[in-house]
Amino acid sequence: MNSPKLNPAPPHQLPSQVVKDDEPILVAAARAGDISAFETLVGRYERKIFRLTQNITQNREDAEDAMQEAFLKAYEHLSNFQGNSRFYTWLVRIAVNQALMKLRKRRPGVVSLDEEIDTGEDTMPRDVEDWGPSPEQRYEQSELGSILSKVIGELDPPFRVVFQLRDIEELSTEETAEALGLSVPAVKSRLLRARLKLRQGLNQYFRRGKES
Amino acid sequence: MKCKQIVKELADYLDEALDPTLRESIELHLEKCKDCRLVVDTTKQTIQIYCNSEPAPLPQTTRQRLHEALAKHLRRARA
Repeated sequence: MNSPKLNPAPPHQLPSQVVKDDEPILVAAARAGDISAFETLVGRYERKIFRLTQNITQNREDAEDAMQEAFLKAYEHLSNFQGNSRFYTWLVRIAVNQALMKLRKRRPGVVSLDEEIDTGEDTMPRDVEDWGPSPEQRYEQSELGSILSKVIGELDPPFRVVFQLRDIEELSTEETAEALGLSVPAVKSRLLRARLKLRQGLNQYFRRGKES
Repeated sequence: MKCKQIVKELADYLDEALDPTLRESIELHLEKCKDCRLVVDTTKQTIQIYCNSEPAPLPQTTRQRLHEALAKHLRRARA
């Protein structure tokens, strides 16, 4: 009997397609005072940054404020940007800080991202079902967006933020750890828990035989 | 290798951050264990779906407020 074929796990795709080749040129122009270059950068990243702040804060007004403050702060501190990382990564870190400040203000005491938390032994997945090929194609783009948003919104903030940075914004594990003041093992453990919880959340929509 | 260990190593397996020996043991287990194979596949799909999802366009009012705030700030910074 033939063994089932395994699809080799592709490496996580890095870097994001969002980082265009002309980014360093635009950043250099913006640093030299070219406002339209900065506006181009804003236009390029505003949707992603808003999704980021929205996913972290889970509140539209806070997300909007955090995004706005992030871009203003980025402009103000552009001279401090050393170019050692991608501009987008730097911007993401600023936006995460702004979003976390909003979240902490709204839910004081609830959100402490840098403390050790029990990621639990209960990570064994339940609801092990086949999703069939391309579950995304079963939903309209906007409906899929709502599902993804709803499911990620159900994660506790410490897990949600790690997943957001690592798997959506495609920061490395080390960059994520640095941005959140966490150890690399803490990032890995939260990431695992987040991925499994999201898998479980999406299972109810994507399992084979489930019609939208 | 037990299913529990597959789950423990899952994140590093999906990120291709495991040493080749451990990776091979996991793949041997996956060939035999359908449940683990499904968990690996659906977790991989979860990451890809989120990673590939396009952010929705900014609501018009949000975009307008952002650009007004920027314009005001940039003008002030230039003055």
